Amino acid sequence: MRAEAAASAGSLSGVEPARLPTEDLDEESAGWLRRLGAVGGERHAAERELHARLVRIALAEVRRRAASTPVTGPELDDVAHQAAGDAMLAILAKLGDFRGESRFTTWAYRFVILEVSGKLGRHYWRNPPVALDAGQWERLPDRLGIDPERHAESAGILAEVRRVVEGELTSHQRRIFVAIVVDGIPLDALAAELGLRRNAIYKVIFDARRKIRRALVANGYLEEPGLEQR
Amino acid sequence: MSELGRLEQFLRTDPRDVGCDEAMVVLHIYVDLVAADQDAAGRYPGVAAHLMACGPCGEDFAGLLLAVTSG
Repeated sequence: MRAEAAASAGSLSGVEPARLPTEDLDEESAGWLRRLGAVGGERHAAERELHARLVRIALAEVRRRAASTPVTGPELDDVAHQAAGDAMLAILAKLGDFRGESRFTTWAYRFVILEVSGKLGRHYWRNPPVALDAGQWERLPDRLGIDPERHAESAGILAEVRRVVEGELTSHQRRIFVAIVVDGIPLDALAAELGLRRNAIYKVIFDARRKIRRALVANGYLEEPGLEQR
Repeated sequence: MSELGRLEQFLRTDPRDVGCDEAMVVLHIYVDLVAADQDAAGRYPGVAAHLMACGPCGEDFAGLLLAVTSG
């Protein structure tokens, strides 16, 4: 639902905010909580102001990320408006979770930034530049910034990386590593497609990086570093 | 940076890395510290390590920091 429509239809006002003690907050944050916890016109005005800010931030954020997403044009703006609307609803529903550890606006803006990330990930699959499980190994040198034509040693390293991926990773690890690192699918897009959390994907890549590095060290391609040993 | 250096950097993992979930829970606090020129990385070294290594979370950090500093 577009947030303007939600706001004009009054559905945002259906979310009852929690009332918080505001004495320990900075003046601006306390003001936001007081206004959003009020009734009638004051609360509606605060909601309209916050929503307008969320829309502005979401539009700026999708444009900042435009080069890294296949989503373009009006669809990109629509993502921003959807993100602002959904963030607004989440903020109002979770006002009681705000503990004053940051400014209220920073806490609130986090919702819209994360909504933009999630929605761009889901919209990726409407016009994906590469299919899931494409396995474009020929593009790995570019992704890793390696030119095997210039250095014979680089060709050996790339072959070792592929050997570890295909021979030592589990099928789940291999599928995710190939999608993210070899095919360049955005992590949030893969998370949306596989129904996994961002953190689950990241952990798989994290473990794969360690496993590959250890193999490269064991076979003399890289020196023992120390930092990642645990 | 050399080619091997780029690969080495990509494969390097930091044991302090807290992962996406923990980093996103405190992202607003971390961003406020950075915006106020406070020692965010010193207070949250695991978050700093994660934001350096995770592209999507790094993008969220950059976007939120821009949102709060652009007025």
